[in-house]
Formats: sequence, C-alpha cells, structure tokens
Amino acid sequence: MLLGSVILLASFAYLGVLFAIAYFGDKRADAGRSIIANPVIYALSLAVYATSWTFYGSIGRAAVNGVGFLPIYLGPTLMCALWWLVLRKMIRISKVHRITSIADFIAARYGKSALLGGLVTVIAVVGIIPYIALQLKAVSASFEILLQYPQVVMPPKGRAVALLQDTALYIALLLAAFTVLFGTRHLEATERHEGMVAAIAFESIVKLLAFLAAGVFVTFVVYDGFGDLFGRAAQQARTAPLMKLGDAASTSWTSLVLLSMLAILFLPRQFQVAVVENVNESHVAKAIWLFPAYMLAINVFVLPITLAGLMHFPDGRIDADTFLLTLPMAHGQEALALFVFIGGLSAATGMVIVETIALSTMICNDLVMPVLLRWRALALARRADLTGLLLGIRRGAIVGLMMLGYAYYRAAGEAYALVSIGLVSFAAVAQFAPAMLGGMYWKQGTRSGALVGLSLGFLVWGYTLLLPSFAKSGWLPISLIEVGPWGIALLKPLALFGLSGLDDISHALFWSMLGNVGGYVAVSMLGRQGLGERAQAQLFVDVFTRSGQDARPWRGSASVQEVVALITRFLGSTRADAALAAYATGRGWRSVAEIQPDAELVRFSENLLAGAIGASSARVMVASVVEEEPLGMDEVLNILDEASQVLAYSHRLEQKSRELEAATSELRAANARLQELDRMKDDFISTVTHELRTPLTSIRAMSETLQARPRMDEARRMQFISIIVKESERLTRLINQMLDLAKLESGGADWHSAEVDLKELIEDAASSTAALLREHAIALTLEVPPSVPVLRSDRDRLLQVLLNLISNAAKFCPRESGRITVALQVHADRFQVDVRDNGIGIAPADQELIFEKFRQVGDTLTGKPQGTGLGLPISRQIIEHLGGRLWVASAPGQGATFSFTLPLGARPVPEITGAAGHATTHP
Amino acid sequence: MIKTVLIADDEPNIVISLEFLLQEAGYEVLVARDGQEALEVLNAQVPDLILLDVMLPRVSGFDVCQRIRSNPAWSAMRVLMLSAKGREAEVAKGLELGADAYITKPFAIKDLMAEVARQLGDPPASP
Repeated sequence: MLLGSVILLASFAYLGVLFAIAYFGDKRADAGRSIIANPVIYALSLAVYATSWTFYGSIGRAAVNGVGFLPIYLGPTLMCALWWLVLRKMIRISKVHRITSIADFIAARYGKSALLGGLVTVIAVVGIIPYIALQLKAVSASFEILLQYPQVVMPPKGRAVALLQDTALYIALLLAAFTVLFGTRHLEATERHEGMVAAIAFESIVKLLAFLAAGVFVTFVVYDGFGDLFGRAAQQARTAPLMKLGDAASTSWTSLVLLSMLAILFLPRQFQVAVVENVNESHVAKAIWLFPAYMLAINVFVLPITLAGLMHFPDGRIDADTFLLTLPMAHGQEALALFVFIGGLSAATGMVIVETIALSTMICNDLVMPVLLRWRALALARRADLTGLLLGIRRGAIVGLMMLGYAYYRAAGEAYALVSIGLVSFAAVAQFAPAMLGGMYWKQGTRSGALVGLSLGFLVWGYTLLLPSFAKSGWLPISLIEVGPWGIALLKPLALFGLSGLDDISHALFWSMLGNVGGYVAVSMLGRQGLGERAQAQLFVDVFTRSGQDARPWRGSASVQEVVALITRFLGSTRADAALAAYATGRGWRSVAEIQPDAELVRFSENLLAGAIGASSARVMVASVVEEEPLGMDEVLNILDEASQVLAYSHRLEQKSRELEAATSELRAANARLQELDRMKDDFISTVTHELRTPLTSIRAMSETLQARPRMDEARRMQFISIIVKESERLTRLINQMLDLAKLESGGADWHSAEVDLKELIEDAASSTAALLREHAIALTLEVPPSVPVLRSDRDRLLQVLLNLISNAAKFCPRESGRITVALQVHADRFQVDVRDNGIGIAPADQELIFEKFRQVGDTLTGKPQGTGLGLPISRQIIEHLGGRLWVASAPGQGATFSFTLPLGARPVPEITGAAGHATTHP
Repeated sequence: MIKTVLIADDEPNIVISLEFLLQEAGYEVLVARDGQEALEVLNAQVPDLILLDVMLPRVSGFDVCQRIRSNPAWSAMRVLMLSAKGREAEVAKGLELGADAYITKPFAIKDLMAEVARQLGDPPASP
C-alpha cells in the first residue's frame, strides 16, 4: 500500500535534492569553480528535451502508431550532425552580443527591433503554455494513478476537482517557487544559471534511470528478454501491426523529423540550455554524440513496454500513456512504480523550470521592458535602481506562466487539446526557423521580412493547428473544421485551399512554412535594410570572421556619468562597478574615472545592458542618455565617401612620403659618396704630397749640405750629387706618371690606333730592358709563337705596360738567380701575355692592393721597393681601355705571374683625344 | 759625454744625409729601417734622442712614439718626429702621443740641427 503521504514525501525529498544540487551549483559558480563546465553535464542538460511527453507519451504514441514515435527522436539526432555548424554559430553570436533568449536573438539580428522581439515572445508563450499544461497534467495524473495502488485504475474523467484540492495547482506553485529561486536569484549580464543547469542534468539522469529500470523489469523480469516479448506480441492481432513501418507514414515521418529537428534548436528551453547556459563552445563537440546516445537509451524500451502493456491490458481500459507506471503497479512493484513516478516528475519539472525561465526572460526583456520604457521612460529613468524591478518582472512572469499553464490544464481538462499539444508546440517554435537560420546565414534578410514571415507563419499555425484543436475540444463549433468558416470549403483549417491527404501536422507545417519562408524571403528581397540592420546582419553572419565589434557607425556625444548611472540602475552597483572596471582595464585606463565618452563606451554599455534587458531595450535606454545624432543612409554614404577620399588622399600622401624618403636616402647615399670621394681626394693629395716631399727631402738636405761645405771630401761630394740626381729623376718620373694616370682616369689621354705585332713588341720590350736585367743578372726567356695575328691597338701604350711589368718583376727577383719569362698565347678570341718571375711572390691579401695607387707591397729583407707605386695602376688602366684584363696570380715564395689579355677581334681602340691635343707623355 | 741619436726612417737617402749631419755634429748615430727595428734597437741601447719618421713599415712612427712614452725606462728620451705628412692633424697627433717636436719634410738642415741641439740641451752647432 502506497500512502499519499509516502508519495508526497518521496516527491518532496526529490525536490529537496534538486534544491540542494541547484544551491551547491550556484555556490560553486559564485566561487568561480563551476561544476557544469563539462561536456557531459552540457549534454545531460540538453536532455531536458525529453519531457513527460517523452517519458509517458512516447508509449502512448507507440500504442497507436507503432514505431511512429521515433521521428521525434530521430530529428534531434539528425540535427546533432549539424550542431557544429549551426549551434556553435548560435552560441558564438549569443556570447558576442550577450543574447539571452531566442526573442533577443531575432530582435538583435534584425536591427534590435523591439517589435520582432515582442512577436517572437508572443508566439513562444502561446505555443508553449499548453506544453507546460501537459507537464502539470502528467504529474497530477501519475500521482493520482499511483495513489490507487495496488488497484490499477484510471482517474475518473471529467471529474471536477476543487481548486484547492488539485495536486496540479500545488505542483505548479512548487515549481514556480523553485524556478523563481534558482532562475532569478540575481540579474546576470550573461543570464546564466549554473545551479539550475546542474539540477536539470541530475533530472536527466533520474528520468533515464527510471525509464530503463521499468524497461528492464518488463523485458527481462516479466518476459524473457526482447525475443520472448516480441515473439509473443507478433502472435497477437492487436500488437503485431505495430511492429511494422506503415506505408502511409512516410509524409508524416518526414514532417515529424523536420519538426523535431527545428524544435531541438528553437524551443525556448533548448535555446536556454544549449546556447545561453553554454559554458564552452567546445562542449558542443561531445554533445553531438552524447545527446543522441541519451535519446537512443531512453527509447530502447518504448516498444517493448508498449507491447507488454497492450498484452497485459487487452481491454483498453488503461491508457497506453500510463503503461510505464501501471505495468510495475500491476506486477506489484511498488518501489519501481514510485521510482517511475519520480522519473516522470523529473521529466516534467525539468521542462517546466527551464521553459519558464526562458520565457520569463523573453517576457521581461522583449515584452514588458520595451512597453515600460516607452510608456514610462521618464519615470524609469528617475529610479535609482532598476534591478529590483527587473527581477520582479521576471518572477512575476514565472509565476504568471505557471498559473497560465495550470489554467490551461484546468480549462482543457481531458480535451483533445492536451493530447497532441507537444507537436503543436513544436510547430509553433518551428516558425522561428526561417528568421533564425536566415539571420545567421543570409545577410539580406530584413526586419520587415522577418516580421512578415513570422506573422504569416504564426497566423497559419494558429489557423491550421490551434483552431482545430479548440474546435475538437468543443470550444469552437466543430463545423469550422468540417465545412470551413462560413461554409467556404477552401478555408477548411485542416484542408486549406483544398490540400488534403496529409496528416494535420504535415498540413500545418506545409502551409505555415510556405507563408513564413515565402513572406520572409520575398519581403527581404523587395525591401531595403536599415543601417542598424545591415550592421547587425554582417555581425551575425560573419561572426566567426569578425571581431565582436559593433559595426554600426556612431556619432554623437555621451556623458560618462549618465551612462554609468544607467548601467548601475539596471545591474546594481556591485555588478556595474565590476563591469566598468573591467572595461576601463580593457581599454588600457587605470580607473573608471578615466573612461572616455566615445562610441566604444556606447557599444559596451548597450552590450552590457542587453544581457539584462535585451538588445532592443538596451538600445532604447542607452539612446536616452546619449545624445546621438541619427545617421541616415545618405549620411553614412557621405561618411564612407569622405572616408574613401581621405583614404585616397592619405594613400597619395603615403606615396609622396615614400618618394621623398627614397629621394632622401638617394641624397644621403650621394652625399656619403661625395664625402667618401672627398676623403679619398684628401687622402690622395696627402699621399701625393708625401710621395713628392720624400725625394725633395733628400735633394734639399744634400744640396744644403754641399752648399755649406765647399771643401767636402770628394767621394762624399760625388755620392751626394749622384743621390741628388737620382732623387730628381724619381721626382720627375713621379710627376710624369701622376699626370699620365690623371689623364687615363679622366679619359683625357691620347690614343693612337695602329697595327701591332705583339711578338715584335715583346721582343722590343726585351731589348729595352736588357741592360737593367743584365745589371741584376736576371735571365729573361721569351715563349712566343713564330708568328701571330696582327692586332690593332696602341703600340706605345702596350710597350709601356710590358716595360712596367718586366721592370716590376725585376725588382722582386732574387739577385744572381732571377728568372723572368714572357709568354704569349693566342686563343680563339684573345691574346694572353704572361710575365712570370721567380721572386718573393705576393700574399693573396695584397694581390688586389698592388693595383691601387701608391700601394707598394714590400719586404724589409729587400728594402723599400723602388718605383713610384703608380706603374701597376697605370698598366691596368691601359689594358682595360684596350678591352682586356690585367691580373696577378701568385703565392708567397712561389714567384708571381702578371697576365693581361687583349681581344683578338678587330676591336678599334676608342679614340679619345684630349682637348689640348698634346702628345702623350710616358717613359 | 757623447750623446746618441737614433734615426728611424725607411728612405735610405734621407738616412745617409741625416747620419752625415749628426756624426759631423758629434753625435753617435744608430739607424733603424722600420718601426719594429727601432723598438729592437731601443731595447738594446737607449739613445738620448730619436728622429722618428711617421710612415714607417711594420710599426708606424706614431705607434713607436706611443710605446716609448708608455715605458718609464725611456722617459728621458727625446722624440723628434719627422714626416712628409705635414697636415695639422698629424702634427697634433704626434705631439699628443708625446713627441717633443714635429718637423715636416723637407726641412732646412739648419732648422733640424738647431732643434736637435735644443732638445738635447746643447749649444747650436755651426753648419
């Protein structure tokens, strides 16, 4: 015997556990250690989808349609596959824009339209209230059935219960209290309720375990497993057809799958748990498979229990809706029956709690606040703290919704209206789909389009689903359905415009979606978006590619004090201060006092308030304290035009500045080159001076000595005089070579082109240096072919080079064992002359240095090198002028080979004649 | 007591001329052909005066001067720099490095010998 007190005690104990969990969750959230930041909890909270309509009702549907109960669960499973795309985008948009409800979402997307938000709220409330009523009915009915234990009887129908004795009323009040307590504890900018979510997740576990327990009991205890159960059912006329897929079911399956796909996304409670309460986007990834797994688990035993119920209660006295409860009762399992009751209670309470929270947010932010702000804007603006008012509105809305649900339940009673109300609700929220999905993926969708589409869809829904359900309940004349209003058959609600052959839901879905999508798309295509709308459209559609910035151009002035006061009024001073401090820090300011009144502040405060009072109301409120100059489209175009002109101008400026920079750096480089040249000139002059002064020093010192000493020793006198002569020659040579080099370098030298026989020229050079070489006992070898092609070049200059190279070689040859070889090779395209010596060689580091002016490389062993230090630079100048190359190859101690080439082809010598036309000076 | 003068120059003809003049004036003359050699001579025998050319191979006259002035053993030595490089910067650099005098080549032998005598505290020699 189960006493009412036991059931009540169990129920209260269960609710007490829920309170405890919710309280713990909230405390942990306040402490910053969330217990719901976990994908499993997230997936379990999503299972609030499974209400008492699932818990008891799917068995009822299965008793009539067999596997026809499945589409309601297949739809969400299918939609899960799209969650990563769709749900994640909804979450991202909502986090960025602090969206707290589906009404807010649609309103914000279409230019923060209060009208749209209100319309969505009305549709949601009208569509959902009966659904809430259904939950209350399920709880009170299961309570009354359980109360009859061990008898298994249905509660009497049409019995009028006194209001104060109605369990449903107390259930409604209790749930209202719970929801108020954990749904509106305080005003959050994010509107998240961690304790509530934790409780909902717990409820999902309880209802699943209860269902599974009953299923296991029926399948494995009453029967001998699935095989036994299905085998027996297949032999009975009543149950056999339920195990087959009906042919006629296909359309209704399609529409039911579609409907439930949309419901899982757009039911206010699903939006609440899936989007608003979402802690972390990545949780979606795990929920994509966890949630379908849950749905599968809770549906596994639906068919077995249905078949068992139909076989156990063959007379139809017991509603199939109650099999889950009545089968354990009939088998004397009172504890299991109580557990099932608790499971049903959790399914119902979970739905009611989340749904009322979601709806209360919508009612407050999108219905009541806009109206209050418009009618009593001044009065509201004067109130110091509006947090109390906001919470009051929400609490009132929760209690009001619960009472409305209860009233509907009382009024509808056992009428038809309750039975299929789940699907009717689904069809109502499906109307949000075009505006939601279009808003997320189609930038062109306009506010007018969304308004027209939603209105048309809602009207058609009311006409084709709500109206017939009222008529079938006897509230309206049944003739409305049977012959159509005013006898017009085309307007028959269940066969609109002659469309028949569909089930009611498919029929309603077809017409409402036709009107909704058609109206939305057509009006959007024809109309034009306002400025705010266009900005929001871009922000929503491109949420993954844009930052969270409001793209709406803003111009105006704001008073920081007023904005701060406004935020404080709605959020309370603690939360407002914290938010403002975070904002100031984020902008790089040290304190709230430094906050500047700019567009960013306006955006921030709008966004912050949107969390509390919805996007459209927030916009109105902030606008009331900010002197905003309204921007028309033309003005924005002007701004954009100006901006693009400024951009072009700045582009030109940048260009100019780049050119200037380039010119400056060129100048700087040129200047550096000039300075370098200047320095080189100074160095050159200094070097030349040094080179000229050195022989002069000896000449002067010796001359003065001789002059002052007329009776000097004869030998000494002769030595001095010969030094004077040598140094004078050196001086002359130096001056001549310097002039020569200067002419070569400046291009002022005279060139005489003539036919030159190189073999003959080398022999001439050899004879010219014979005396010098003999003096040093150096052997000269010539390696010259018997005859060579005639070359057209400057003979004197070439001789100068050869003499230079041979005398240069002689200087570094060892005395007595010196050997110099002059070799001539004739290649296909050039002559090559090598002058080899067996002297001290040249270190690699010095091999280029020796071609510089006055750079002599010597060795103290042989003393300071003789010569001017200009021979090699001059030779190189000459050879290069004649189209060849002069270089040295050597290793220290290995001797050196100076080589030059001359082009073999008939290359005329460039004739450059100095202006003065003097004869070339060379030694 | 006969005073010693070191000639550090790489131009043989200038060395010949200076050596003749100094010996004629009664000084003992040492000769070095580059900076390195000059330092080696200094290590063996400290002269009273060095006639130091700036453009010396291996170790420049400036470096030799600097080393002389950084060694207390050579503090009494007079340094007379000779250079064909007569720019003011070079003169200033030589004096800055501790040279006692700086004479530009080519020089009048009368001026040079007067400066040598002055540095060594001797009466000017007759030409």
